[in-house]
Amino acid sequence: MSPRLSGDNLFKTLTALLAVSAAFILMITAYELFVGSLPVLQKFGIYFFTGTKWNPVQTIVNPEIYGALPYLLGTLVTSAIALLIGVPLSLGIAIFLVEMAPRTLRVPVSYLVDMLAAVPSVIYGLWGYFVLRFWLLDYVEIPLSRYLGWIPIFGGTPQGLDVLNGGVILAIMIIPTVSSISREVIQAVPNSIREGAYSIGATKWEVIRNWVLSYGRSGIFGAVILGLGRAVGETMAVTMVIGNTIGPSAIPNSLFKPSQTMASLIANNFLEATPGTLELSAYIGVGLFLLLLSLSINVIAQVMVTRVLKVKGGAVE
Amino acid sequence: MTSYAYRKFKNILFLALSLGCVIIAAVPLLSILIEVILKGAPELSIKFLTQTGGVIGSSDAGGIGPAIQGTLILIGLTCLISMPLGVMSGIFLAEHGNNEYAGAYAAWMRIFNNALTGVPSIVIGITVFAVVVLTLGHYSPLAGAVALSFIAIPIVARTTEESLKLVPNSVREASLALGVRNWRTTVSVVLPDARKGLVTGALLATARIAGETAPLLMTILGGQYFFQGFGQPMDALPLRIYRDAFLPYSNFQAQAWGAALVLILIVLSLNIGVRAATSGRLAK
Repeated sequence: MSPRLSGDNLFKTLTALLAVSAAFILMITAYELFVGSLPVLQKFGIYFFTGTKWNPVQTIVNPEIYGALPYLLGTLVTSAIALLIGVPLSLGIAIFLVEMAPRTLRVPVSYLVDMLAAVPSVIYGLWGYFVLRFWLLDYVEIPLSRYLGWIPIFGGTPQGLDVLNGGVILAIMIIPTVSSISREVIQAVPNSIREGAYSIGATKWEVIRNWVLSYGRSGIFGAVILGLGRAVGETMAVTMVIGNTIGPSAIPNSLFKPSQTMASLIANNFLEATPGTLELSAYIGVGLFLLLLSLSINVIAQVMVTRVLKVKGGAVE
Repeated sequence: MTSYAYRKFKNILFLALSLGCVIIAAVPLLSILIEVILKGAPELSIKFLTQTGGVIGSSDAGGIGPAIQGTLILIGLTCLISMPLGVMSGIFLAEHGNNEYAGAYAAWMRIFNNALTGVPSIVIGITVFAVVVLTLGHYSPLAGAVALSFIAIPIVARTTEESLKLVPNSVREASLALGVRNWRTTVSVVLPDARKGLVTGALLATARIAGETAPLLMTILGGQYFFQGFGQPMDALPLRIYRDAFLPYSNFQAQAWGAALVLILIVLSLNIGVRAATSGRLAK
């Protein structure tokens, strides 16, 4: 059939063009961030990645300078805490839902996970700022710093708005992502694997630990990486609880010190910079870091998760 | 070889731990809901929902009318922009994405779509600030809607694709066999059949963007007034919560909790809408 201007071709071309929108948005984002951060990258070069000083106001004694290392570390450390706390919890929930929960409990528990996902990030922040902060302060930080204060990571004066609070808030926020994907992965493990294991006398936990989890480990790893992606990009909740410091003091060398992540740095200070200045370019440069980091994390995770779930033919989160 | 009793003990221990995980995860959720209701509910009144905010520091914190209005305007505008784009992308991916010519192209579009969902919202805010706000020369509700659309489009596209793929091929074939054209089949037969999935996608995307804060900081800025036109800053519920929380006045902090209650009611009712739509589909 010769191509002609029919309704079919028109419609197909139209949808094909509009299907580019996601790619188009990504391109614009990458382009704008790259162009916007050029001035600061040209001026400071490698220092922007490895430096710790951050001074937007030029004075005689303090030159204008931008080094983003503390915020990169802040993002990595809070995300690591989030994974340390959040991943075991999420796996527990996924195991409970697939392997243990009676039918009557399955629905309420999956509601619970869905609702954790539905709560807006600013409300997590509000709760972290007014509630979680005092829980952590009274039951974790003050005892730990009293008895273990000589260990560097427990050093400093606890005040509740710090690296620990940021990490714990993130841990709660990644639970829905990690647990729902690991649940799908665990569900995708063929029943014959379980039956084989039971038939040689394994207990339920041994079946889960030695067969189910190891069969699905690549997919579960993917789920963890997706959780990491969520933690790295999360902005408002962390901004409200991390304490927001600038410069060398933002290096997260203690759980009980206020710090800053890349996202919270931008959220806090972007509006104070004047368009066209080096300062704005510096925030855009931090945004570029953040974009590259989260994109690479997400691509790795997508590859790992789809490879596992392809067997099932289902589309993943 | 470890003894049977030890293995049995370990079995029960770890199964109990996994139940413990569920309970631990429930604590923050319950605490958030309880705090928001206990601290937010006393704030609610007609005046709180409809009036503008008071002067910062004064004894009267006023209401959150402009924030509610702003959030509703943003939801409306975002739906207008993101639904056509997202649904059309989804149609392409589901209906044309599998043949030999368009397949590779569609596979790439799918990858970009997934990648876009992983872009942090604050980065989207920077992009829209550079593209829209700097071009227009002022903060604008339009910029906010564009930023939220960038977040919503991949969600809508994906749910559309998934729900269209659930429509059995026999339905398409029946329509084609009657001599109906391909595009007409998609629009009049496949889309209506998948409507519950489409509604679910739309509601999910709306619930997601209603609580989104970061990109609004640099696109609509926030403020004290009701909608003043597309060339002026506008307020929104998440921005109001964020700004009020840090004010050192207890009446404004209480306002933040009241606004949080309103926001959480909006988001949760959208989610319950999703439940209703999907359970209907399962029951069918």
